[in-house]
Amino acid sequence: MTTTATRTTASGPADRPDPQRQPRVLSFSHKLSRWDLKVSPYLYISPFFILFAIVGLFPIVYTAVISFQEWDLVRGSGTFVGLDQYIWILSQADFWTALRNTFSIFLLSSVPQLILALFIAAMLDKNIRSKTFWRMSVLLPYVMAPVAVALIFSNMFGDNHGLVNNILAGIGLEPIMWHKDPFWSHVAIATMVNFRWTGYNALILLAAMQAVPREYYEAATVDGAGAFRQFWNITLPSLKPTLIFVIITSTIGGLQIFDEPRMFDTFGRGGAANQWLTITLYLYNIGWGEFNFGRAAALAWILFIIILAIGLINLAITRALVRDEGGRGVIRRRRRRKGAQQ
Amino acid sequence: MVIAAFSASAIVLAGCAGGSGDDAGGEDGEITLTLATFNDFGYDDELLQEYMDENPNIKIVHNKAAITDDARTNFFAKLGKEGLADIEAVEVDWFAEAMQYSDLLAEVPDSAKGRWVEWKEAAATDADGRLVGFGTDIGPQAVCYRADLFAAAGLPSTPDEVASQIDGDWNTFFDLADQYKAATGKPMLDSANSAFQGIVNQIEFPYDEPDGTVVATDNPDLEAAYDLVVERGIPNSAYSGQWSDDWNASMANGEFAAMLCPPWMLGIISGNAPEVTGWEIANAFPNGGGNWGGSYLTVPANGKNVDEALKLADWLTAPEQQEKTFVNVGAYPSALDAQSAPSITDSTNEYFADAPTGTIFADRSEAITVTPYKSADYFKYNTALQDAITRVFDGVEDAQTSWDTYVAEVEAF
Repeated sequence: MTTTATRTTASGPADRPDPQRQPRVLSFSHKLSRWDLKVSPYLYISPFFILFAIVGLFPIVYTAVISFQEWDLVRGSGTFVGLDQYIWILSQADFWTALRNTFSIFLLSSVPQLILALFIAAMLDKNIRSKTFWRMSVLLPYVMAPVAVALIFSNMFGDNHGLVNNILAGIGLEPIMWHKDPFWSHVAIATMVNFRWTGYNALILLAAMQAVPREYYEAATVDGAGAFRQFWNITLPSLKPTLIFVIITSTIGGLQIFDEPRMFDTFGRGGAANQWLTITLYLYNIGWGEFNFGRAAALAWILFIIILAIGLINLAITRALVRDEGGRGVIRRRRRRKGAQQ
Repeated sequence: MVIAAFSASAIVLAGCAGGSGDDAGGEDGEITLTLATFNDFGYDDELLQEYMDENPNIKIVHNKAAITDDARTNFFAKLGKEGLADIEAVEVDWFAEAMQYSDLLAEVPDSAKGRWVEWKEAAATDADGRLVGFGTDIGPQAVCYRADLFAAAGLPSTPDEVASQIDGDWNTFFDLADQYKAATGKPMLDSANSAFQGIVNQIEFPYDEPDGTVVATDNPDLEAAYDLVVERGIPNSAYSGQWSDDWNASMANGEFAAMLCPPWMLGIISGNAPEVTGWEIANAFPNGGGNWGGSYLTVPANGKNVDEALKLADWLTAPEQQEKTFVNVGAYPSALDAQSAPSITDSTNEYFADAPTGTIFADRSEAITVTPYKSADYFKYNTALQDAITRVFDGVEDAQTSWDTYVAEVEAF
């Protein structure tokens, strides 16, 4: 209530100087409400930033410190070695293999995943029976623990007794060596990722699709545009901001892929010839396998920089690719209509 | 607003308080001891209760990690800081890494020294002569084989006959495998890497020497082991490595007919192939004997109850208790007195055609003449070379290329 009072005074006719108000001493409760207005929003959001500083920012900075050292985890001490750890990482063949694998798995998962998610979202956006059931169902794989997913899939992708190879053998085809050929191991891992994330992305895209005014589709139908044309010229452009969001989150997720390749075989080290060694897996092997935290920290920072760079490139490409006219148009037109109503 | 400020600071306080809320008993003279192990050491509730009955002021809390890797991660993350259990189990594979920090571990009391087989104790003694690990079990290897498959292949199949066929060097063993393959077209051995492991465990300084000299890339014995496994082991093996889903499934379906068998492997075979009746044990091992596996109990020196923890670890690894854990889970004792105890020497295994496991593993333990020197880097080198064998097995690289890749990897360490 006090807030409203303060606001009315503040938003009063301020252009006109009021000599009587100048010397007025504010009562304590007035002061309090002023403070309330200015400070409390910051206080309300402060828990996040304080927590982030403790559990997020500090580790990031500390990792940077460790990455310049030869670090002994047990004794908690290190000697400064400058950029040695970074140079070591960049000169490793394993690192470049891991980078190749990460991108390969990322592309094999993200691209089909987004196309499939768009398709599923478009279908869910149609008038189908028991909508909620179907919408909830696509989220089910996302609820499953990644380790459980990986366990099930590694059973399917067994070289000798796997379900997929049994089927292939059944129809007279050569079995696929999932754990030997890099490409096929990437396909298997990407399948796990797709299984988990497609429904999640579909639901986000669906939410965005439902925000597109139905009149456009009606108008388009009247104009004689087919379903595909409507999707291409109305739905897709309206989804632009959401698509950018989905692509960037799946990029970050894709570059950090860990659970699936780690669970892909018993040893979890990415294969004897590093067939499915990803960057985070490499990071884990160096850190918790060899206990070389200096190198692991340096690799973590390299990964951070890579993700940052890819994220920016991604943003630029998506902006350019997804056509613009429709999206902006929708917003502008909606605003205009709102203005007319007022 | 006041409420907002209060809740904000409350969350911060809660965030800070999280790290420092552990204290272990201590009131009224009662002491809580924590014991951290992994897999199954055979320390069941009954055994621990026995100690608590004898020592009414002690309460034991037993935490089991599912696999040894979890225990390893936990051990090194907390060693030198706080939060480790009063007694921590350490596996022999990463025991050398733990020995780097032997000064952070409490010393085994003099009264317990000399209890274990000599090499087990030697491996837990650091450069300053401090013994810091209580030996639990050891893994002297024999050979498990499928008597029915051997018979079907026209090979001798009783344990004694098979043992006499195996008795010799690794070439003798692979000759037998060649015969099996000629008769059946199938590999005799489960895994090429386990054969390699068996050979490496018979080399005294496989990868490096105590003075720090690294021989991992130019040790002729090691290279010979690699060549032997690549040439003769790989064609005779069903898998490159162990522990995969396929490998687990294969014990029941007769894909191969023999495995190198430390005592703890018996449970794995009978567990994976409960319906199969043909598995038996030959009291022999190529080139004599070899040890595979076994653990230690350690007491972190900065624990709250070091003295009581030492007493408990002492008790748990005493011969009487090692006999009980052998009965519980088949962990073959590292304590000399336990090895000669009747409860162990007379024991048999029903699954393996009533094989006299007690005598077999006693013989196998005696046949161990070489204990490889395992430095802190052993794990790294060994993993790299096993990967090299897997690459050849998978046909990803040929023998020479794969060795070169291994050499390049070692040089990068």
